[in-house]
Amino acid sequence: MFLKVAILVLKKDLAIEARSREILYTTLFFAISCLLIFSVAFVKEGVPAEDAASGILWIALTFSGTLALGRTFERERYGETLRALLMAPASRPAIYVGKLLGMVLLMLATEAVLLPLVSFLFRAPLFARPLLLAALLVLGTVGFASVGTLFAAMLVRTRTRDVLLPILLYPITVPVIIAGVRGTSALVQAPPDEAVATLWIGLLTGFDVVFVTLALWTFEPLMTE
Amino acid sequence: MRKLFLPLAAVAAAMFAYAPVGIAKVPYESTMLLVQKIFYFHFATWMAVTASVLVCGVASAIYLFKGTAAADHYAVASAELTTVFCTFGLVSGSLWGRKAWGVWWQWDARLTMAFMLEMVFLGYLLVRKYGGPGAEKLAAAMGIFGAATAPFIYKSVDWWRTVHPQTTVMKTLGDKFPAAWNLVWFCSAAFLVLFVVLLAARVQLEQLRAELDRAYLAAEE
Repeated sequence: MFLKVAILVLKKDLAIEARSREILYTTLFFAISCLLIFSVAFVKEGVPAEDAASGILWIALTFSGTLALGRTFERERYGETLRALLMAPASRPAIYVGKLLGMVLLMLATEAVLLPLVSFLFRAPLFARPLLLAALLVLGTVGFASVGTLFAAMLVRTRTRDVLLPILLYPITVPVIIAGVRGTSALVQAPPDEAVATLWIGLLTGFDVVFVTLALWTFEPLMTE
Repeated sequence: MRKLFLPLAAVAAAMFAYAPVGIAKVPYESTMLLVQKIFYFHFATWMAVTASVLVCGVASAIYLFKGTAAADHYAVASAELTTVFCTFGLVSGSLWGRKAWGVWWQWDARLTMAFMLEMVFLGYLLVRKYGGPGAEKLAAAMGIFGAATAPFIYKSVDWWRTVHPQTTVMKTLGDKFPAAWNLVWFCSAAFLVLFVVLLAARVQLEQLRAELDRAYLAAEE
């Protein structure tokens, strides 16, 4: 039942997104504009700074992720559908999980485009250890999106949500971003340091467990008026 | 809480009056000499931060699930105190770092995470101020998540190789310099008593503010 509700919410979000592709396109465009801006700071005389790629990748991801988080719930608010969703006879945590899965898929789709672009533009061997990199990206995305989905959902009712979301989200998710950046740089350097990357993957798993548990636990009381 | 306020304030004053004497009397540490003495207040400040974050996390959870107004008062009071003690801890650490490491600030795991903690609780205060109606609940979520990251901050120095001393430093200190060890815990107790005194004062202020709000609403009706 729990999984069924989650998948229904996910399907609904994906169907809306597949028709308009609004969030995917805007998020992707914003992520790529971030790359352009970073090139100003991290490229000197045509050569990208060593080790810049992992930071650029993760910061572009978090910035564009924030944009997407704001939009998914703005759409619910605009259509007056959030209340309907919450009034449905379904468990609240299941709704949260459905929303989270949609968010994670959207961010992973962005990453699929961003990754080759960063590798190409900033001359980083990002695909040297594809499995470890995939683990870092998926775990990092889940960690970021789990807090982000919860905060974006609870901010829907406030007037200042656009400002408050990054204010709340960035300090809390700093550990996830640190783990992602450090782990990715360990993989990008020559030769790749697998031991360090695995250590960060372990830490990311820890953060994910804590964040997802807390979010599932607090979603219900937070969404009750 | 209100009855204990004056006695506890007196205890805190007495402890803080003795602390400098104790710090002056304890022998120099062999490598850092005079500079090391900042440790007694630096460590104690972070003990107060720990207590404060803990109170905020627990009070936030109680408020979120039970809706008790008193818990919310404790949460906001301890969140404010966290930012105050955290600022003091960052400043004292920075001063010590200037002498011990030669730099004011180092982007090391513990320092970065402590900076993050300060930002989390400043964020908490911002939400309360600008979140509009219902902001207490949003802030409560922030308090719970902030408290959940505290253990990671504590353990960060053991996981990542950094310049900041590891958590085992307290055990070695207890074995090698019992005088210094006792003094560190005396200072920590002083800071904890100060924390309780300030918390009591701030909670009472918050209660009065809530009462005033209710009176305004009643007068309007």
